[in-house]
Amino acid sequence: MLCDVISNEWVNAEYKHLVLHAPPIALTARPGQFFHLACPASGEDQPYLRRPMSLYRVDPAGRRVEFLYKVQGVGTRGLATLAPGSVLDIMGPVGRGFTLPAPCRHALIVARGVGLATMAPLAEFAAAQGAAVTAILSARAPDLVMSVDYLQASGARVLAVHDTDGSSDIDRLEALVRGLHERQPVDFLATCGSNRLLRLVQKLGAEWQVAGQVALEQNMGCALGMCFACVKPFLKTPGSSQTSYRRVCWDGPVFNVQETVSW
Amino acid sequence: MVDLSTTIGGLTLANPIMPGSGTFGEGMAGIIDLNRLGAIVTKTITRDIREGNPPPRVAELRASTLFSIGIPSKGLEHYINELVPFYRPYRAPLVASVSANTVEEFAELAADISVPGVAAIEANVSCPNLKKDGQAFGMDVQATLEVTRAMKAATHVPIWVKLTPNVGDIAAVARAAQAGGADALVVANAMLAMAIDVETFKPRVANLMGGITGNATKPISLRMAYQCVQAVSIPVIGCGGISTAADALEYLLAGCRAVQVGTANFVSPNAMPDILRDLEAYCQRRGIERITEVIGALKAYETHELELNAAL
Repeated sequence: MLCDVISNEWVNAEYKHLVLHAPPIALTARPGQFFHLACPASGEDQPYLRRPMSLYRVDPAGRRVEFLYKVQGVGTRGLATLAPGSVLDIMGPVGRGFTLPAPCRHALIVARGVGLATMAPLAEFAAAQGAAVTAILSARAPDLVMSVDYLQASGARVLAVHDTDGSSDIDRLEALVRGLHERQPVDFLATCGSNRLLRLVQKLGAEWQVAGQVALEQNMGCALGMCFACVKPFLKTPGSSQTSYRRVCWDGPVFNVQETVSW
Repeated sequence: MVDLSTTIGGLTLANPIMPGSGTFGEGMAGIIDLNRLGAIVTKTITRDIREGNPPPRVAELRASTLFSIGIPSKGLEHYINELVPFYRPYRAPLVASVSANTVEEFAELAADISVPGVAAIEANVSCPNLKKDGQAFGMDVQATLEVTRAMKAATHVPIWVKLTPNVGDIAAVARAAQAGGADALVVANAMLAMAIDVETFKPRVANLMGGITGNATKPISLRMAYQCVQAVSIPVIGCGGISTAADALEYLLAGCRAVQVGTANFVSPNAMPDILRDLEAYCQRRGIERITEVIGALKAYETHELELNAAL
């Protein structure tokens, strides 16, 4: 599907925000799903395969899909060159997104780095379903904490933590999350972008008997479950000692945290 | 209206475009109209359930990719109970790609997968990612002969043998497959290759070596397909680096009766329908009524032309 680029602006020194005019099928995208982008060539960079990119925001009324991406590789350097009015070939939405419990009263989202982008539409979706949403955004530095306005406008309570003042330290974070749970019990946990955060969510989810999901990344070939390139090992069932490969593109990219093998 | 139909042995295909094994799956059914394909070739299965190679399994190269998947398989039962019924509603004949560890296992699997709905069996004797250093049955003339002969004795379903390009004399292997009774050849599977990350000093696929596929490999596969066409009388199906109608036409001109589109399906899920559309437009533009007219129509330079150009 060819989409017109509406805007593609820097949001800080590392990330850009891409807004596309999208056809109806793209507007059906759900939180946690992704698109497979035919990133343009730029300079020496000649992307051959498409690049998976998680949905940052879908606006059916405005007929827009949006992406928030870190400019760091062959594909994203190409994306960064897109100017308003140019065209991007996207395929999607693909993959299995987040599944909220019904009802969901308090969703706790813990994300770090590039994982923030994936979590933003989940916060919006959960809040629209009537859940209280708390989003903890972890980043290296305060200026890399993104999406605060978007999340707050969606109705989420946003807590930003970062490495420079030590507030993102995993032990401090655990104390923070436990305190939140005591005041308002959490019945859904979601995470993306950090192995330490995944382990924290696994531990607390098991302890509290609360469903938890994680959105994963992996280099992909086809994004349609055909090439089996993007596999990761998963426990066959929660608590199982046996693992088996699953395709991040087709069986995920959102998985039960209790079946996910931390890395 | 251009007649795009072609025949592979006793099997008539509506057109010469089909996916290469391992580059196609049920996920494609939601994207393109499978009824437009000449055939449906499924990912290689083994009798038993296999997990495949550890990740990373894919690396991007220049105009190509390095894959080391290692044939993860859901097994024979899943294939017969799930995939054969899944593809039954579609017009395109179903070609089941199979692999095994021994000649006997290849034959037994061929017999057991010969269920109604399977129109042909593709013997993957050429996966570069199964054994140490990319060794495969198809690298040995005698082993190719024996595997093909055993499979033919085990079933009446046509056997297509997919050759490996990782040999010095592919024509000899092609002749061996023909001598074993193969109904067609698929030329060729992925070329054994490797790539190293200079920052981490690690191989870019965990299995160390993998198969290079994609546009960049086309001239080599085309050469091998042509050599096989010259060496045997059974149909040859071209495979390697095809992403456009012109790519497909090169293989047809070289004498292939059909082609398989592989990595291009990953780059664009619409690659096969687009190739078909452009193939038809090409034929209309050139006044070609039947695609079979271009099969083997390569015009080699004739002696007098060479003499004219020779530096004497």
